[in-house]
Amino acid sequence: MSVSTEGGAFAELRLDRVRRAFGEHVALRDLELTIKGGEFVALLGPSGCGKSTALNCLAGLLPLSGGQILMDGRRIDTLPPEKRGFGMVFQNYALFPHMSVRRNVAFGLAMRGVARAERIRRVDEVLRLVQLTEHADKFPAQLSGGQQQRVAIARAIVLEPWLVLMDEPLSNLDASLRLEMRNEIRRLHQSLGLTTVYVTHDQEEALALADRLVVLRDGVVQQVGSPEQVYAHPANRYVAGFMGYRNMIPATVSEVDGDLVAVDVGEVTLRGISRDRITENSAVAAIRPSDVSVADREGENTLRGQVEIVEYHGREQAVQARLPGGVPLHVRTRSRLAPGDSVLFHLPPERLLVFGEHS
Amino acid sequence: MRLVGSPGAWLVWGAVAFFLVNLFGLVLAVVVNSFSVQWFGTWWPNGLTTDYYASAWQDLGLLDVLVVTGQVALAVVALSVLIGVPTAYALARRNFPGKRLVTVLFLLPILLPPMTYGIPLATVLYKFDLAGSVAGVIVANLVPSVPFVVLTMTPFIEQIDPRIEAAARMCGARTLSVFTRVLAPLLVPGILAASILVLVRTVGMFELTFLTAGPGSQTLVVSLYESMFSAGIRAQQAVDAVAVIYTGSMLVLLVIALRFVNPTQLVTRLKEPAP
Amino acid sequence: MTAPTTAPPVSPPGERPPGIAHRLAERGIDRVLLLLVPGVVFVVVLFAYPVLYGLQLSFQPEEGGGPFANYERFFGDPYLRDTIWITLRLAVPAALFNVLASIPIAYRMRGAFRGKRVLTTILVVPITLGTVLTAQGLISYLGPAGWFNKILIGIGLTDEPVRLVNNYWGVLFSLIITGFPFAFLLTLSYLSGIDPTLEQAAATLGADRRRRFRHITFPLLAPGLAITFCLTFVLAFSVFPSAYLVGLPQGETRVISIVAYESAFRDTDYPLGSAIAMVMALVMLVVVGLVLVWRSTMYRGATGGKG
Repeated sequence: MSVSTEGGAFAELRLDRVRRAFGEHVALRDLELTIKGGEFVALLGPSGCGKSTALNCLAGLLPLSGGQILMDGRRIDTLPPEKRGFGMVFQNYALFPHMSVRRNVAFGLAMRGVARAERIRRVDEVLRLVQLTEHADKFPAQLSGGQQQRVAIARAIVLEPWLVLMDEPLSNLDASLRLEMRNEIRRLHQSLGLTTVYVTHDQEEALALADRLVVLRDGVVQQVGSPEQVYAHPANRYVAGFMGYRNMIPATVSEVDGDLVAVDVGEVTLRGISRDRITENSAVAAIRPSDVSVADREGENTLRGQVEIVEYHGREQAVQARLPGGVPLHVRTRSRLAPGDSVLFHLPPERLLVFGEHS
Repeated sequence: MRLVGSPGAWLVWGAVAFFLVNLFGLVLAVVVNSFSVQWFGTWWPNGLTTDYYASAWQDLGLLDVLVVTGQVALAVVALSVLIGVPTAYALARRNFPGKRLVTVLFLLPILLPPMTYGIPLATVLYKFDLAGSVAGVIVANLVPSVPFVVLTMTPFIEQIDPRIEAAARMCGARTLSVFTRVLAPLLVPGILAASILVLVRTVGMFELTFLTAGPGSQTLVVSLYESMFSAGIRAQQAVDAVAVIYTGSMLVLLVIALRFVNPTQLVTRLKEPAP
Repeated sequence: MTAPTTAPPVSPPGERPPGIAHRLAERGIDRVLLLLVPGVVFVVVLFAYPVLYGLQLSFQPEEGGGPFANYERFFGDPYLRDTIWITLRLAVPAALFNVLASIPIAYRMRGAFRGKRVLTTILVVPITLGTVLTAQGLISYLGPAGWFNKILIGIGLTDEPVRLVNNYWGVLFSLIITGFPFAFLLTLSYLSGIDPTLEQAAATLGADRRRRFRHITFPLLAPGLAITFCLTFVLAFSVFPSAYLVGLPQGETRVISIVAYESAFRDTDYPLGSAIAMVMALVMLVVVGLVLVWRSTMYRGATGGKG
């Protein structure tokens, strides 16, 4: 009987063409991913993109429809979840409501037959780590959301698992607590070095926490890369939209010169960057609202727009303007604008990304 | 919230009061009669006594009847929980082809009057020589009880988050441990509630017991009916004494039941704000 | 159980086509369904088999004749046939009364107030009485020499004692006493499941109390009432001991259960008894089916109850 448990380091975990279908619907299509020991990987995408399916497949809670999962070359996707030696933090925490905090955390150790004295030592240590020592004898229902979250994390990491799986662990917390717990998770990862796969729909969370991001859409990987890569060089229009390129201006390609592209928006020609060679004629020019600035005179890469909505955001204003073609332009600016103003906006060429319309 | 005030409210509470007063009079009439020496056509009997309880105890062999009732009720509760809870678990956790059919199969014994399936069931039990014995009475009473447990436990299990089971597995618990350490403790309140309701139903179940019981396997309701039916032989007071004993024991069971089951949450489970 | 850091078993890598077990699990069929086996075997053996056996038996009349002889006899003999109307005449008014009376009471009792639990308990107590004590109580309390008639005569409403037991009324009262608590509990339960903010919303839109009930609460409650009616109707339709004890078992309360029981066990004509039981089940299912068809035309989605 092989019980793979703690002792948690491996060189690499490879997902090889992992596929999961629910009837006709393919939730995860041929996922290829290699996770190195000690790494923090975030699976990012909106709900229904397959990220939770991927996590459940990794955990063994869902059987694969195809492909395999290999840990240092050994196949593990045929093992039931309790024999994989992974820890998991659930979105709604899934704490055992009839057990105290201490017994919740000790549960996995008891299941592995760890001796009592050792169990107590390790539970105490982990509870200290997540700062719950004084709540050890309370029941889950007596704890706040953040504390419950910490219990769920403690329960997963006390086993020092090969791999910690986190399924949107912060989505049930309010904004300030979410920031605090984000730091906490980062701190735990840095001090324990546990390999972690983290599922989220919040790109800010993924950028802040992960060493590597995997962006998913409809069960298909869109881009894998470091936070810097994904943030600065989104692979396609979809990833760009997810990474905050809120403005997507339809345009026609007029000139391609290596990475540099010129596109026409109405009468105006805009210059921008395209990482992939554009083959299509119609394209979109993408830019973040904060990269757009207000220009004082006509020049290269300027567009005129009519201000429609102004939101006050402290130091900045969030402005929605409308371009002559009827396309909205979102801008964050320190300039004080008012609805009805006709304004010239500057779209810096080094920040303007051009994607083929169907990329 | 305003309870009284409008004429409509007065009408409703008046009707409730009328119903309750008459109900109280009805129960009191039986209780008084069971303690009376003689009571014919007057407002109050001409003397009180407990003699008829003693005679009912001896004549009707109430001790035996109570023992049988207890045996039947406990066996029915234990068996229906044992058979019903796993079924409820499977129905709560899986969607499979034919699930509607299975659900209907478990609904019918509750929906149909006991008489309709009781007569064929008794016929079958007679065929297999089971009728007339305590075992036969237990089997007959299980027929509506198992579906009852299934139908009450299924929503109860549905509201236990399946991710709690997944979490136990991720902690390394195998199927047996998931069941004994995590699921069973969470199921206890539901099982307790269902058990008590089955107990009340079984003690009060007349038709099925009546159709399948023999001389040595009557429960309290049936022997009460028999004694009332042969009222010419026995004093009314003795019959009433049995009725009072029966109602007393049912009342105790119901009060216990209401401690565990909030009657307004039979259909929808919701958190009631603290009064 | 020791926990050595053993490697998981090695299996050759390669494409694994989804196996039959996987495809079945996809449709919800896996080992968990084995838990269904005891329950399903039980219902089939002890419920479905006897019912089918009875059905089969009902086509084999004791006294010869075609397979439908028992049914022909039942529907041909007014003494047997009329028991259906007798029973419906008791069950429909009793079930209607129980449901309709439950609505205003439950409506006033939803929400939390002091003593709610006590009042609920008192209203539920009649469940414990059982048919037999109820019958005994009705005879002593409503009988010619009972307190109720004494009071009626005392306050001058009548000169002669009113006959309230050993006839239709006795059985009807018994059905109301045993059926009302049940209907009330169900109604209260359905009513508690309706989000009170819906009515508040209607109030802010200008609906008065009556219109709030008519347009908001009642439509949301109606499907629950249909179910409540079905269940109380089933209880009332199967009336048996009280028809003997407080009714006129050879006359106006000769209900269908009585003839079914007497045919099967007094006359030991099991086939005829089974046939009558089948007719009984059929009438029941027709009434319940009609109510459920009516219910299916209503809104049955979430009623916004928390929980």
